[in-house]
Amino acid sequence: MMFVPGNNPGMMADAHIYGPDSIMLDLEDSVTMAEKDAARLLVHNALKSIDFGGTEMVVRINPLNTPYGRKDVEAVVKAGVDVIRMPKTETADEVRELEAEIIKVETELGCVGRTLIMAAIESALGVVNAYEIATASKRMMGIALGAEDYSANLKTQRTPGGAELLLARETIVVAARAAGIACFDTVYSNLDDMDTFRKEVELIKSLGFDGKSIINPRQIEVVNEVFAPSQKDIDKALRIIAAIKEAQAKGSGVIAVNGKMVDRPVVIRAERTVALAIASGILAKEEAL
Amino acid sequence: MRHTKLVTLEEAILRSGLKDGMTISFHHHFRGGDKVVNMVVAKLAEMGFKNLHLAASSLSDVHAPLIEHIKSGVITKISTSGLRGELANEISHGLLKEPVIFRSHGGRGSAIASGELHIDVAFLGASSCDELGNASGCPRSENAKSICGSLGYALPDARYADHVVILTDDLVAYPNVPKSISACDVESVVVVESVGDSSKISSGAIRDSKNPRDILLAKQAAKVIINSGYFNEGFSIQTGTGGASLAAVKYIRESMLEKGIKASFALGGITAHMVKLHQEGLIGRLVDVQSFDKVAAESIANDQLHQEVSAVEYASADHVGSAVHALDIVILSALEVDVNFNVNVLVGSDGIIRGAIGGHPDTAEDSALSIIVCPLLRGRIPCVVPKVTTLITPGKGVDVVVTEYGIAVNPARPEIAQRLVEAGLKVVDINELAAKARSIIGEPDALPFGDRVVGIVMDRHGKVLDEIRNIVD
Amino acid sequence: MEITNAVAGTLESGDILIQITPGDGLQVDLQSSVAAQFGRQIKAVITETLTGLGINNACVKATDKGALDCTIRARVTAAAVRATGKDVWKD
Repeated sequence: MMFVPGNNPGMMADAHIYGPDSIMLDLEDSVTMAEKDAARLLVHNALKSIDFGGTEMVVRINPLNTPYGRKDVEAVVKAGVDVIRMPKTETADEVRELEAEIIKVETELGCVGRTLIMAAIESALGVVNAYEIATASKRMMGIALGAEDYSANLKTQRTPGGAELLLARETIVVAARAAGIACFDTVYSNLDDMDTFRKEVELIKSLGFDGKSIINPRQIEVVNEVFAPSQKDIDKALRIIAAIKEAQAKGSGVIAVNGKMVDRPVVIRAERTVALAIASGILAKEEAL
Repeated sequence: MRHTKLVTLEEAILRSGLKDGMTISFHHHFRGGDKVVNMVVAKLAEMGFKNLHLAASSLSDVHAPLIEHIKSGVITKISTSGLRGELANEISHGLLKEPVIFRSHGGRGSAIASGELHIDVAFLGASSCDELGNASGCPRSENAKSICGSLGYALPDARYADHVVILTDDLVAYPNVPKSISACDVESVVVVESVGDSSKISSGAIRDSKNPRDILLAKQAAKVIINSGYFNEGFSIQTGTGGASLAAVKYIRESMLEKGIKASFALGGITAHMVKLHQEGLIGRLVDVQSFDKVAAESIANDQLHQEVSAVEYASADHVGSAVHALDIVILSALEVDVNFNVNVLVGSDGIIRGAIGGHPDTAEDSALSIIVCPLLRGRIPCVVPKVTTLITPGKGVDVVVTEYGIAVNPARPEIAQRLVEAGLKVVDINELAAKARSIIGEPDALPFGDRVVGIVMDRHGKVLDEIRNIVD
Repeated sequence: MEITNAVAGTLESGDILIQITPGDGLQVDLQSSVAAQFGRQIKAVITETLTGLGINNACVKATDKGALDCTIRARVTAAAVRATGKDVWKD
């Protein structure tokens, strides 16, 4: 997910050409208070007019307890945003409060249920309430870690190895999986150190994260490379899916591949692998059919 | 020394027999740091000359002082590869009564060799020269003040002009060898304070571009080359100097190392990037018509496998032995490309002259694979358009266009399109790209052209290709 | 509608700087590197946006750096909101 400041029209216009899976236009921390009104209008108009080419569009709004939050919700829902990212989420009530605001605007437009929610967890309390937050709304599609504020909240500093983030990361992954939603890791800001960035992406992938937030198109390739399944995994997944199709055609319920029983979790993982392979550009859609 | 050609500039001009209405010529190897044109024309103005035809290999921002000389009638005609800055702006608004004649580097070489462009007196700057006129773009003594490397664009002038004056800021003992210009072609040698500001020539330090768009375009261009069918052992290549072109070299190099492929030669327009690959053993030889930075200039001075060629040997269409005939791959940029693959590198989308033809049409026509790399839009200016503002390089010579929104392949090269599709690249119809650009920026209004012709674009073969009209504010 | 002086936008590439001051009728003074190709269209977007917000009397000085129509609309609206004190979103 690529972060783009909401007060920079030049950057917003071509963020999608680099092929990020999703773009997050920010109205919160990257926009000064004096420019919140203008950024909101830029993001609203950009969402309405710019062809982002099927990229998932996310907007990070200001918290509802600021003078900006409610107007942000109105502006982005009216512009048809896919996902609203709520910053600094600490309780399930906050999620429900946001949902109520969203429903108000959607009702006016006659499109109730359209907008999804993503919650950023950026404090100790948020981590403690991770599962409640993850299950607070049917619209919740994912939870994410915001490490800067989180480590400040813990009264510590960020370290290269990320030891201070371990609990938060693992908790968020577990909560997301228990809730059946996605989980995303925090940004890495040193654009000149691609090696450490890659190590961090490898770490969070093995922890189970679905994706990572990035701040510059140059980071996209590394994330895609690390998350791309290996050719061996892809071939195996294609065999499993082919076997399922064959079994379905024959009307058989139970199948085995290479002598092993293939049950639903295996199939789901195989479908996921193929989807990732297509998204990474390793597999063409036609080859997977 | 029984005879000396050492004279002052004024004496050199008097000796040359220059008269009103004649043609004078210059090269542009010092590019933005050139001092020769302004210095010589100022002297000619002082001496009362009028109606001169200035035939430079190219002109840039630094030649704005010519505006005054045009207004006062010293210069009434210009032939060049390009115009930039205030001078270009004024000419686009009708400063010159006679249209500027624009030629490519190869076209100018051919025209000089055939006599179509007849030069009466050539004023050629050199970084070193001896008393008899052996001149070079390489510095020789410790007092040397300037450097430009190859003198490729000066060579046709030196050979065919009626009278040749060398201006140098470093007079050295005879013989100044290795030389670019032979003393037998030179009539006068003038020592001046400075022929070119070397600080205006890039040091050649290779800095990886951090611009994400350039990197994206560069990677795509490299992928096109690698999968084109032309990326084989012994291939030859030329690149431009734009950010994306230079960045592409990095990715091509990675693939060359990975696949164990070496290039036989690089042509151009030689930059530090090419010198580095050559020194690494990845490129066999460097064929240099212009040394773009100090690293290239130093390399040509010290490396036997890095050779200077004249504009004729580089790109003349009349001469089948010119290097472009052996060129496999060229990466070029563009101000505009249209749906017929025609390219414009000379006139901005506002109708104002702002670039140079260079070797664009020469390399595009004769190379085996020509690739244009350009963003779909530059701000609100579209680079892929229904029709180019001015035709510089005809579409039949352009094979592939690479943009951030996809790659378009000339319908005349279906085999290339197929290879790229098989490699998983996003190949699209060029009409879609033009439409995409329009959908983002809107439909531009027609440009306010007047009915005066301010520029005539000649093709490489000496025929008129297009006309440039004046802009009315 | 009563308006005071207000500014929105920046001189960054892709943006447009809009300065609104009180005036008679709608006057737009535009500076743009694409004035020849898009000057008419840019002015049209500016005036349409203002009249759409109920502003028919203002002096607008616009310095364009290649902004797309959606950006122009956003900046003009922001300047108008700041000039009138009346927001386009509910409170």
